[in-house]
Amino acid sequence: MKIFSKIYIALILLFLYAPIAVMVLFSFNSSGSVWVFENFSLDWYKELLFNTSMLNALKHTIIIAVLSAIISTVVGTAASVGILALRKKVTKSLVMSATNIPLMNADIVTGISLMLLFVFFGKLLGLHESLGFITVLVAHITFNLPYVILSVMPKLKQTDSSLSEAALDLGCTPLQAFFKAVLPSISSGIFSGFIMAFTLSLDDFVISYFTCGHYQTLPIVIYNMTKKTVTPDAYALSTIIFVVIFVLLILYNTVQNKSSVKEAAKI
Amino acid sequence: MKKLLSVLFIVLIIACLFSGCGYEYFDLNLIGDYTNNIQNKVLNVYNWGEYISDGSEGSLDTIKEFEKATGITVNYSTFDSNETMYSQLKNGGVSYDIIIPSDYMIERLKNENMLQKLDFSYLTNYNLIDEKYKGIFYDEKNEYTVPYSVGLVGLIYNTDIVTEELDSWSALWDEKYSNNILMFNNPRDAFAIAQFMLGQDINSLNKSDWDKSKELLIKQKPLLQSYVMDEVYGKMETGEAAIAPYYAGDYLTMYETNESLAFCYPKEGTNIFVDAVCIPKSAKNYEAAMLFINFLLEPDIALANAEYIGYASPNTAVVNNPEYYYYQNEILYPSDIDLPKTQYFTDINNEIRLYYENLWIDVKLH
Amino acid sequence: MNKKRFGSRLVAAPYYVWAAIFIIVPLFMMIYYTFTDVNGVFTLANIMQLGRFKKAFGLSILYALISTIITFIIAYPLAYFMTKIKISSQRLILLLVVFPMWMNFLIRTYSWITILANTGIINTFLGKLGLGPLQLINTPGAVILGMVYDFLPYMVLPIYTVLSKIDKSMLEAADDLGCNSLQKLRRVIFPLSLPGVASGITMVFVPSVSTFYITQKLGGNKTMFVGDAIEYLFNLGPDFYNVASAISLVLMVLILLCMAVMNRFSEGDEEGVII
Repeated sequence: MKIFSKIYIALILLFLYAPIAVMVLFSFNSSGSVWVFENFSLDWYKELLFNTSMLNALKHTIIIAVLSAIISTVVGTAASVGILALRKKVTKSLVMSATNIPLMNADIVTGISLMLLFVFFGKLLGLHESLGFITVLVAHITFNLPYVILSVMPKLKQTDSSLSEAALDLGCTPLQAFFKAVLPSISSGIFSGFIMAFTLSLDDFVISYFTCGHYQTLPIVIYNMTKKTVTPDAYALSTIIFVVIFVLLILYNTVQNKSSVKEAAKI
Repeated sequence: MKKLLSVLFIVLIIACLFSGCGYEYFDLNLIGDYTNNIQNKVLNVYNWGEYISDGSEGSLDTIKEFEKATGITVNYSTFDSNETMYSQLKNGGVSYDIIIPSDYMIERLKNENMLQKLDFSYLTNYNLIDEKYKGIFYDEKNEYTVPYSVGLVGLIYNTDIVTEELDSWSALWDEKYSNNILMFNNPRDAFAIAQFMLGQDINSLNKSDWDKSKELLIKQKPLLQSYVMDEVYGKMETGEAAIAPYYAGDYLTMYETNESLAFCYPKEGTNIFVDAVCIPKSAKNYEAAMLFINFLLEPDIALANAEYIGYASPNTAVVNNPEYYYYQNEILYPSDIDLPKTQYFTDINNEIRLYYENLWIDVKLH
Repeated sequence: MNKKRFGSRLVAAPYYVWAAIFIIVPLFMMIYYTFTDVNGVFTLANIMQLGRFKKAFGLSILYALISTIITFIIAYPLAYFMTKIKISSQRLILLLVVFPMWMNFLIRTYSWITILANTGIINTFLGKLGLGPLQLINTPGAVILGMVYDFLPYMVLPIYTVLSKIDKSMLEAADDLGCNSLQKLRRVIFPLSLPGVASGITMVFVPSVSTFYITQKLGGNKTMFVGDAIEYLFNLGPDFYNVASAISLVLMVLILLCMAVMNRFSEGDEEGVII
């Protein structure tokens, strides 16, 4: 049984990593093909340095991911505080259902409805171009917000309300009470909301596809590429991203493991 | 070791992202004058994918060279069909200073009053354009466009699988090659082939003509491996598929990797196209756009682009240059005797266009 | 106290404005486009046209159902086995399962072409063994494989989360009551994991039913799914926005209905457990 379960897990992991292995392999191909492997070479990593459209797109992706994650974390955290303070149950559930919409809806529907909005009002305002940097940013913030709210809210609920009251009694202003007493206790929720927003934004293709205009992000450029010939430099870039995230995750994991061991020791 | 290398590359890439290093400029002989005092330093260019020499594999980077010569920053983006470009432009979602659509789309944009006249006083290199490509139907008075690239559609096939010599579009309906056939994934080109087969006008205004070609396309569907656009490269180069209609220039590129590939211009006739540079009405930087057009006409630049793209060039400085890689190439520059009947796409009125777009959706939904 | 409460309610104001403009209004835009023609005049023509797309809807739902079921069949044992191993290795395997989600899914899907093509890795290997080439790419199987592959982590994650939280004393109680391990799985573990299963199913079904990339790349582009139809029509330009909106609206209603059913299902069971 034990062996069977180990084999099973291994097989699934093989399935999950087979295409990634292919990607890594072909990024070292000496020819321009992602079909036939010739010789080992690093040419495509060098080539990547000249691929301005891909590097620009990477830059766009990072800018959008950072900005949208920061903005949605700030707005979303504030929103969680406000929503919890709502007294009427009906209003609360109404707000939460609205919040859940982008979460539940298909990406393509979210993307299209936002695009219709931007184009319609762009025309109404007589803009030359209604899609671009601002609209992708807005779209990303919109689909990030629910994730931030959903990861901050539970932490906030767990926080004892007497905490901020105590702070108020000790002479803090409400703002100070929030920053000094409440914020530290929900910081883990805020952090995971931020990370989730950041990665979702980094990886989003469908919503960006409909809202980005000519502010093309990396997934868009890769999509356009797969409509033509994919050259191994796209694989090279993905391999680099793969390694970076992998190292970061392993580091994060070991740090967490260590801290959980410490915590266990304390208990 | 691999990890170390990758880390090194990341550092390099991040450094380059924000500085733009890595590319070595060429020594160009520029004829035109590119000194300027344009205030708006951003030029938005919208072009077909892989349709400009971009510095990859040691080629010249047209955009970088232009930026160096003029101090103008180019914001370059790409489209994959005339229709995508049109819808982007039409819905007002984006504004571009330069677009490079094909003939029939230019005609439509012109008719819908979406193009600006060019100021030819900027275009000191315009005399290099072959007279053959001036005054074409979409711009009879040479006011709006400068031709960029020219091409013909033909039949590409793999002689390892197709042992006979092909000369007709009917091969695309041949059951022998079932599951080995590729077909255009856009209505205009796909219908044109069916229309050549049926001996119709490819710009027909008769709905029943379109209905008949639709039937033919539906009949073809079970034999197809897939509908493709530029995915055709990979599939033909590796022998994944045996027959595909595509552009002559692209055949030459595929031939470089797979010498078993052959090419013909089918006897029923074929489509010829011209892609030309224009400036949309919504352009925000007219002056920089004019400089860019003249820059594209520079012999050195046009040569690099013609070699990179692999299509025929309308620029005499390229065609008559013995060092041009495709100098006197018979497939790109066939003599009139070798050539079957050719026909341009023209802009079709809205009603028929909606009609065939819907027929195409029906073909795809079938 | 009241003042403070008002203050904290006020901090959510930016979000309310945001949600109203960018979540609620866009949905009304879609409804507006669905019920108007190109000139903005009211019409039902777009809805009436939807019959043309019934095959696309049917195929999308069918493929999404099949791939959701397969994903479930693969994911459940995986999640279950994961809970049986050391905590530290659990965390590592979870990381490995989730990790591909951080990679661009377009590239990962594209890699499958290299594996499945007629001249691809599997067929080259088979060829060396003297076996005939198998038609793998451009088949329904390839599309389903792509869906299962891309969305598997979405199924594993919620099921694993629920399974790992099951109270050990419950299982011990089942043991004491004389359940064998199969009975334990069927009577105790599975019912307790249903909320995770339900959210896994929705998280796989929704992207599968609306995908437009996997079908194009792995399915040979020969059939149109709902996602393909929407993408294609929107790219045709404003003339087709209205029909495309109608399709999107129907898709959305379909998905929301699905969600409602799944939600009821999982909630109902949760209550059952409590009772």
